[in-house]
Amino acid sequence: MIFSRHPVSAALFMIISMVSVAGLFVLLEAFFLAILQVLVYAGAVMVLFLFIIMLLDVGPEGAKSSRLKLVSGFAGVACFSILIVLSLLLVFDSSPISQGSTLWPALDQSLLVNGENLVFSTRVKSFGFGLFTKYMLPIQVAGFLLLAAMVGVIILSKKVIREEKV
Amino acid sequence: METITPQHFLILAFLLFGVGFLGVVIRRNLLLVLMSLELMLNGVNVALVTFSRTGQNLDGSLFVFFIMTVAAAEVAVGLALLVALYKKRRSIFSEDAGLLQN
Repeated sequence: MIFSRHPVSAALFMIISMVSVAGLFVLLEAFFLAILQVLVYAGAVMVLFLFIIMLLDVGPEGAKSSRLKLVSGFAGVACFSILIVLSLLLVFDSSPISQGSTLWPALDQSLLVNGENLVFSTRVKSFGFGLFTKYMLPIQVAGFLLLAAMVGVIILSKKVIREEKV
Repeated sequence: METITPQHFLILAFLLFGVGFLGVVIRRNLLLVLMSLELMLNGVNVALVTFSRTGQNLDGSLFVFFIMTVAAAEVAVGLALLVALYKKRRSIFSEDAGLLQN
């Protein structure tokens, strides 16, 4: 992604990597975060990026140096071969993620809180419980941050007409 | 082949962060610098969820939620700044963005 010359293709590669990160969250059994990742990043943020790219009409960066081209070609070949090898290994010997391993403890979904700790679970209910009990102040701050960002963006993108009035 | 361990996820998180950092350093187009920043934040998110899942603790996942909020706000403000810069300088390359150098 960072080696592609045209901003639009970089943005499309970025969408691919965001969706892949959402897939990683599914593997980690954080389903709510995976949905959020697709909605927020692959949806809203990348639409914003593409919109600004189209709005500013930025072309490709100037002629790429031959060294950068070499690096990008090498990185592409390396990533593709690693992908091939890993997928072959997975095809021949696939193993689910939490099978007979102590590193991935099985989830106990029955309780929300264990002493001081909030217990990891796949349910959205536990997210809501954590957000509105232990993280009550941070979620208010986050909401205020979004409001501040909205007001700031509106002020930034308004036409400046102060000079003429004075 | 052994099962997938947290180490694999952490290596991938580190790689995502490294690719994002490389993008921030080598690109001159400020739009792509912002996108690389997003990639770095995603690497941190993967690491947080991995530790949260391994330690059976929801706090990491909740922090991912807040990081997403902050990232969305940061993208909105950054892109608005970029549009303002483009209106003033007709360019979004980082070497044209210095206000104090000439």
